[in-house]
Amino acid sequence: MTNDSKKQTLFEKIWNDHLVNASDGSNQSQVPDILYIDLHLIHEVTSPQAFSGLRDRGLVVRRPDRTVATVDHAIPTRSSKNGRLEFADALCRKQIAQLEDNARQFGIKAFGHEDHQNGIVHVVGPELGFTHPGMTIVCGDSHTSTHGAFGALAFGIGTSEVEHVLATQCLLQYKPRTFEVRIEGKRNPGVTAKDIILSLMNRIGVNGGTGYVIEYRGSVIRDLSMEERMTICNMSIEAGARAGMIAPDETTFSYLAGKPYTPKGEQWEKAMQNWRNLSSDDGAVFDRSVTVDISDLEPMITFGTNPGMGIPVTGRIPDPDDSVDINQKNALKKSLEYMGLNAGEKISGHPIDAVFIGSCTNGRISDLRAAASILRNRKIADGVRVLVVPGSQQVKREAEAEGLDQVFINAGAEWREPGCSMCIAMNGDQIETGQYAVSTSNRNFEGRQGKGGRTFLASPLTAAASAIAGCVTDVRMYMEA
Amino acid sequence: MEPLIKITSKIAALPLDNIDTDQIIPARFLKVTDKKGLGNHLFADWRYDKAGNPQSDFLLNKPEIIGLKILFAGQNFGCGSSREHAPWALTDFGFQVIIAESFGDIFRNNALKNGLLPVQVDPEVHNRIKNCLNQNPSAEWTIDLEKQVLIFPDQSSIQFHVDSFSKSCLINGVDELGYLLTFLDKIIEYESQKQK
Ligand code: SF4
Repeated sequence: MTNDSKKQTLFEKIWNDHLVNASDGSNQSQVPDILYIDLHLIHEVTSPQAFSGLRDRGLVVRRPDRTVATVDHAIPTRSSKNGRLEFADALCRKQIAQLEDNARQFGIKAFGHEDHQNGIVHVVGPELGFTHPGMTIVCGDSHTSTHGAFGALAFGIGTSEVEHVLATQCLLQYKPRTFEVRIEGKRNPGVTAKDIILSLMNRIGVNGGTGYVIEYRGSVIRDLSMEERMTICNMSIEAGARAGMIAPDETTFSYLAGKPYTPKGEQWEKAMQNWRNLSSDDGAVFDRSVTVDISDLEPMITFGTNPGMGIPVTGRIPDPDDSVDINQKNALKKSLEYMGLNAGEKISGHPIDAVFIGSCTNGRISDLRAAASILRNRKIADGVRVLVVPGSQQVKREAEAEGLDQVFINAGAEWREPGCSMCIAMNGDQIETGQYAVSTSNRNFEGRQGKGGRTFLASPLTAAASAIAGCVTDVRMYMEA
Repeated sequence: MEPLIKITSKIAALPLDNIDTDQIIPARFLKVTDKKGLGNHLFADWRYDKAGNPQSDFLLNKPEIIGLKILFAGQNFGCGSSREHAPWALTDFGFQVIIAESFGDIFRNNALKNGLLPVQVDPEVHNRIKNCLNQNPSAEWTIDLEKQVLIFPDQSSIQFHVDSFSKSCLINGVDELGYLLTFLDKIIEYESQKQK
């Protein structure tokens, strides 16, 4: 039962609009709701077992027209001499071939490994206009939360659920709680969306959002571009949240207008009418609320092995002995050990071996522009390997049209084909044991960028500045006053 | 899916917080296209050194681990990536129950769909279990899903929560897709209403 007279949050509006079967409506309900899914995105890593499951039961994909596939995780980003992509190994090649086969067999639109529109699933969905406000969107990938930037309810699912959606276009779900995060204040130079979200992670912790859907609101959010909003929503999962979302507005509509898969003509007008209603009603109640003022925020960087372990780039590595909580103390100790860092040490100036600019967090054109603005007419420090990996073929084309590729190459970076690349180190792009990387991706877990590798998460600006200096660096040193 | 009703086993203790799914099964092992054999790579980066030799002091390499069905961890177990390979690797290794202070959302969902029971306990109980394990690491514990109780070695017990839907799926070894498919008519009705 939904209470129509009640003021509703954006999340509740979308949830209620997609209920195929509602349980008793309470959070403690013992039977899950059945939620209709408007858009199902799939990629090569989390779908093969789901397709096998369908075949085993003799089922078909119920709505191939609502399913879109792309290849990203295992796809190589380097071309060989003959211009073809160089797969890391036979397993990667097989996984990609299997996705392409499955898509063909079940009639699903797929952007395969030679397609000129492929790329990271969370970059491709929005840029081609598959992602619309008000939709329910799922993908077998935790960073599906990215699409929430458009005012969609978008979340990651496991492979069994991928199979459920393929077979029924529905999911069994318990209703999450709602969490309002207001971001207010004035943004300082050098402070990007990445810094805002890293500071929020630090503040609420890596399970601070567990069980919730976050709605980001406030004046700072309203002023963000679509791409910046995606960076924010992308990392919602790093706080454990089921999803993150931002109500659509003129910024959203003008981003979507004219994209290949957005409605056209009369349909567009109709869609806009619906989309304009998609915001939390005044007076709607959230289960939890936090307001953050970012007026004092500086560029952020992580020092530890989860995304909540961040500090200002001007800061010092925290001392585990300062934590009162014994578990926290141990976690911090273990992290510093893995990272090879000492408590009290300044993070800036710490030498690095690699820089990765890319991923579904920061692999869009505005991210590459930001990095290029720092790297232009400068040289990367000796001994630092820099990979610039566009989030999609389209981002790559746009960057090349603007000459950004030349900026990166002239600085000494490698300009790659699109893919997840060194964000997850599945395709052969990785750092070595003991090495340090400044990375614009979203996870600094142990071994995430290669076994034994150590990751500092930061913005594209900070990553570019660190590449030039050869160590963790405050980008403001390279910015014009 | 094997039915999961009552389990008695010693506990494998890994009482760390925020064990993410990248640790449970590192990404380089996700290139498989089926589910079997992932137990060999469970906690691979903690379990093997650079040369691929077992790290003898890591829990999973100790001889007494063989056959254990219950894993004990700290807060926020299974956070991070949505990979269902994590529960596949855990169950392939032989675990059927994870006891933790809290779980990552997607992991919890994935686990329940694969015959792996996440048992969430509050900090106080968590501490009690930890103390018991320190005192007697080789005692037997029982999880009775039917009654939703965790039975300590001294036969005292505590209740745990599991939603009745997941519970009945686990006990009967039934999977959720079967249940969803029974709603096909409603799904069709929903779609035709939306078309209008
Ligand atoms: S870029 Fe990284 S986080 Fe994003 S989808 Fe790829 S692997 Fe996942």
